[in-house]
Amino acid sequence: MKISNNLMRIGSLILVFVYFVPIWYISLDAPQFPEGLGLYIYVNSIKGFKPNDLESLNVLNHYIGMKKIVPEEIPEFKIIPIIIGALIVLGLIFSFIRKNQLKLLWIGLVFLGAVVGIYDYYRWGYDYGHNLNPNAIIKVPGMAYQPPLIGGKQLLNIYVFSFPYWGVGIIVLSMVLVALSYYYGQKEKPYVSV
Amino acid sequence: MKSKLMIGFVASTILFVAILFFGCPSSKKGLVEGDAAVKVYVPPGKHDEFYAFLSGGFSGQVSVYGIPSGRLLRVIPVFSQNPENGYGYSEETKALLYTTHGFIPWDDSHHPKLSQTNGVADGRWLFINSNNTPRIARIDLSTFRTVEIIEIPNSGGNHASPFVTENTEYVVAATRFSVPIPQEDVEIASYKDKFKGTISFIKVDQQTGRMNIAFQILMPGYNYDLSHAGKGKSHGWFFFSSYNTEQAHTLLEVNASQNDKDFIAAVNWKKAEEYVAQGKAHEISGIHYHNVFDEKKQTAYSEIIDKVKILIPEECPGLVYFIPTPKSPHGCDVDPEGEYIVGGGKLATVIPVFSFTKMLKAIEEKKFDKTIDGIPVLNYEAVLAGEVQNPGLGPLHTEFDGKGYAYTSVFISSEVIKWSLKDFKVVDRIPVYYSVGHLCLPGGDTKKPTPKYVLAMNKITKDRYLPTGPELAQSAQLIDITGEKMKLLSDFPTVGEPHYAQMIPAEVIKDKSVKIYKLEENQHPHRTLSPDQVKVIRNGKEVHVYMVAIRSHFTPDNIEGIKVGDEVYFHVTNLEQDWDIPHGFAIFGSNNAELLIMPGETLTLKWTPKYPGVFPFYCTDFCSALHQEMQGYVRVSPANSKVNLTWNK
Repeated sequence: MKISNNLMRIGSLILVFVYFVPIWYISLDAPQFPEGLGLYIYVNSIKGFKPNDLESLNVLNHYIGMKKIVPEEIPEFKIIPIIIGALIVLGLIFSFIRKNQLKLLWIGLVFLGAVVGIYDYYRWGYDYGHNLNPNAIIKVPGMAYQPPLIGGKQLLNIYVFSFPYWGVGIIVLSMVLVALSYYYGQKEKPYVSV
Repeated sequence: MKSKLMIGFVASTILFVAILFFGCPSSKKGLVEGDAAVKVYVPPGKHDEFYAFLSGGFSGQVSVYGIPSGRLLRVIPVFSQNPENGYGYSEETKALLYTTHGFIPWDDSHHPKLSQTNGVADGRWLFINSNNTPRIARIDLSTFRTVEIIEIPNSGGNHASPFVTENTEYVVAATRFSVPIPQEDVEIASYKDKFKGTISFIKVDQQTGRMNIAFQILMPGYNYDLSHAGKGKSHGWFFFSSYNTEQAHTLLEVNASQNDKDFIAAVNWKKAEEYVAQGKAHEISGIHYHNVFDEKKQTAYSEIIDKVKILIPEECPGLVYFIPTPKSPHGCDVDPEGEYIVGGGKLATVIPVFSFTKMLKAIEEKKFDKTIDGIPVLNYEAVLAGEVQNPGLGPLHTEFDGKGYAYTSVFISSEVIKWSLKDFKVVDRIPVYYSVGHLCLPGGDTKKPTPKYVLAMNKITKDRYLPTGPELAQSAQLIDITGEKMKLLSDFPTVGEPHYAQMIPAEVIKDKSVKIYKLEENQHPHRTLSPDQVKVIRNGKEVHVYMVAIRSHFTPDNIEGIKVGDEVYFHVTNLEQDWDIPHGFAIFGSNNAELLIMPGETLTLKWTPKYPGVFPFYCTDFCSALHQEMQGYVRVSPANSKVNLTWNK
């Protein structure tokens, strides 16, 4: 039981690291940006690869009439950190309750959160990419500028590549640890009084 | 008779055939051999190994080349106005060019010199002198911009300057032309009585780089030409060459070439510091401008300083000694160990090499030939380490490779010679095209040379490039010194007339090069940090326009209510924070230059409209796909008009 509960605790606690590393990144490649340009998406903000990348990207986006990306105006960046905090606390509480199935429930909640989060990210991408200013300077008929969720895509002169980053890795690791916790919990079952 | 004709015919036929087979001798001039092209080829997109900073001479500026490719990277405006980017025209930069003679739009820049730490170029700053109206400028090598210019008082032309001590404790200045000190209205024929020279030591603040004149030394009325600081064992000393010890005041070409020997002045500046600390310096009139570019406010400000301290050698024993040096010496160079002081006697048949150790001994043993104005003249033989025989005609400047060899430019015979510091014998010579002045080896005047190249800077090019009318370029020639024999690699035309250069490994500088000015650090008194803060303010006849530029528009771009007779100041802030996105600003009929505004920077252009009408302004730097649309209008009404001051956001 000891191993199982500790794994559950470690699994929940490592989610703390998700606050400090990007969960996703979008890189933009174009000949005139040899120094690179791109965004890191955190659970609570968006930051450039370099200090002014977000500003630079907003200047570029004004040509195609895309809305300015202002992290302070995106409500999810306030909600998601709370949800992650709640999951950590819940995980810790579950680790003290002698009911192995709660671990599966916890994995399910994290998975659900991840799916909803990715869908939400897709929805924002769709909105930025399609909901363009009708007075845009550059209008290419039929062209939308939604960044790909995973993988690369040529958008006018820029090759956009999007991929999960450390944060997603930590979430997956957390789920694996809790799954292991469940596995050991099952093996140790004779000692569990239900 | 007939046979003579026959011999002549046969001889000329042989010569003709020989020329056919072997080519005209002159067509071999400067042919390069073997892999020279590969050695200077830097593929597109790759960086050069060295930065080379060349003075612009009569252009007043500094040009920056990549070596070995010889590609021109940039011209840094220093002593001359530069309408191309508004330097010396914008309200922010005008103050840099102020002097006690008012605003000066041009000067003659001679000797670039990199700041040093422990006798090695450190890539912090580049100093350069102006020869005509005596000044020293400091360029910040993180921005490649002139950030300070200090005027040198009590000087008649600043040539032996701005050489530095091994930790940049001081940069120096010394007057090329002696003048009455303090200046006064006297007969020119009173030269010997009234004219004096000065040597100035300018202290450099190690944190900010800011200069101030610590003290001057009053010298006999000679012409002070070039200098170098002692290093290593001779740290604490400074050496200055002089000519016209005849003290001629007319036809110097002849009258200043009579003495068999002139002098190198050896100045003990540590001793000078002691004398100043003891209060031995006199405070005399020395009014001068000190112009500093405030990097936070992005604006240059001037202060006027009235007095300087001056030491008089007669009252300060041990401060200055004269080393007799043959025939109007020019260059005055010190080897990496600090032991040898090499004089470039431009009319001499030998290159004299003096020993610092022997100099100290001669001083100790008082081996003086005579004393001039309290300055002991050391015995030539007592100080001499050796003479380089057959150096060619007109040896000028010497740099060192740190492996026991010296390289000297030889003007009249147009060559560079390589000689050994062991036995003072010439081991190699290579012709240059034509009439070489200075030469430069990376770190060749420091304690740690990088002996790869010598760059020879030539005064005359004649047939070297495609002709461009009577006015031709000067040139620089790159010589490979990695082998036993020097090899010519390439040559390229230069900006202005380079008098001296400094080369430094690129990695010392390139990684700290500033890409943008951060908007949040912009403390310009007339900055505008966002489009909703733009405004136009009238203050009598003065109108201040607070404008912003970002791809691809100005805000405001319509201004009305300006009147004929107004002085309009456009304070334009470039709101970009992306690398290499400057915006330009020019307005119709401006008697001023344009502005070239870097990301995050604020610059100001003054405009005085002459007639009523509507006048366009536009961006002059192709900033984006919509650059052609980056424009606006100013409506100018008659002086007595009632049109209200309005603008759009």
